[in-house]
Amino acid sequence: MSKLTNEQLERYSRHIILRQVGGKGQEKLLGGKVLVIGTGGLGAPAAMYLAAAGVGKIGLVDFDVVDLSNLQRQIIHQTADVGKPKIQSGKETINAMNPDVEVHTYNELVTSANIRDIIRDQDYDFIIDGTDNFPAKFLINDACVFENKPFTHAGIIRFQGQLMTYVPGQGPCYRCVFPTMPPKDAVPTCRQAGVLGVMGGIIGTLQATEALKYILGIGDLLTGYLLTFDALKMNFRKVKIHRNPKCAVCGDAPTITELIDYEQPACDLRKH
Amino acid sequence: MKVTVNGEPLEIEQPISVQELLVVAKAEQPEYVTVQLNGEFVDHAGFASTTVKDGDTVEFLYFMGGGAR
Repeated sequence: MSKLTNEQLERYSRHIILRQVGGKGQEKLLGGKVLVIGTGGLGAPAAMYLAAAGVGKIGLVDFDVVDLSNLQRQIIHQTADVGKPKIQSGKETINAMNPDVEVHTYNELVTSANIRDIIRDQDYDFIIDGTDNFPAKFLINDACVFENKPFTHAGIIRFQGQLMTYVPGQGPCYRCVFPTMPPKDAVPTCRQAGVLGVMGGIIGTLQATEALKYILGIGDLLTGYLLTFDALKMNFRKVKIHRNPKCAVCGDAPTITELIDYEQPACDLRKH
Repeated sequence: MKVTVNGEPLEIEQPISVQELLVVAKAEQPEYVTVQLNGEFVDHAGFASTTVKDGDTVEFLYFMGGGAR
């Protein structure tokens, strides 16, 4: 018999009716633990859908405070939250949405010194990279490879987005595709180039979908694929990518065996 | 001859190097793009010496940050 309460049976009834989820699947979600790094454009919708879905433990990592210019897309934060730490605002939104969810917050910038401890803190099942900068993206990739944890990478800019999922031993990591960090300021940020607010919703929700599928053990993940989305052409493309045997972190003879703190672009650290 | 670049057909007159294709196909920031030729990664060092021929499929994969702020 199901361990779900009557209230949970009702709250998650549209999940439970799905053949691929059912009561068992919903119990898996309630026992699931997902770490969301960055509670911005990508992390906000991802965390909200995970919370609504009843993922039992959600970790939120962010060092920033809510800015008025965030509200165009970071829907976990409200107007009254401006000036508040993003993790606090995110936690309040999740708590109001779903009391089944236990929120763990980390008011920190991820670095080589803390990321492995944060991942280990609740032994998270799956990690969502919702960060906006390449030092963090490479750090998350390498940390997940070292910690043997699956994660989904995403990026958004202007009207475009991309997404891929790494599962240890099952396909390429981010570094297989992008071996080295672009130089500081070489690739424009959303602040410099702009981003349509919905991009985070579309791509962040796809990240949440990957997390849910991973926990449920259903369907095909974006392992071995880079999915790209062009909102102007309304075009999704799945590009097949292979593990790179020469990859410096997950290849046959890795040369990167410790985490690296790349230089943080100064403009990304500044409050704005 | 016809090649496919990021899913779109592109006519080129003769086989050209990956480096030349990056210009012809107007790749953004070619110095930071990851290139796959028929599903295999091409090292940046091999851009000039790797030839793209009729029927080849090329993917330009771009860095994309964004997300948080």
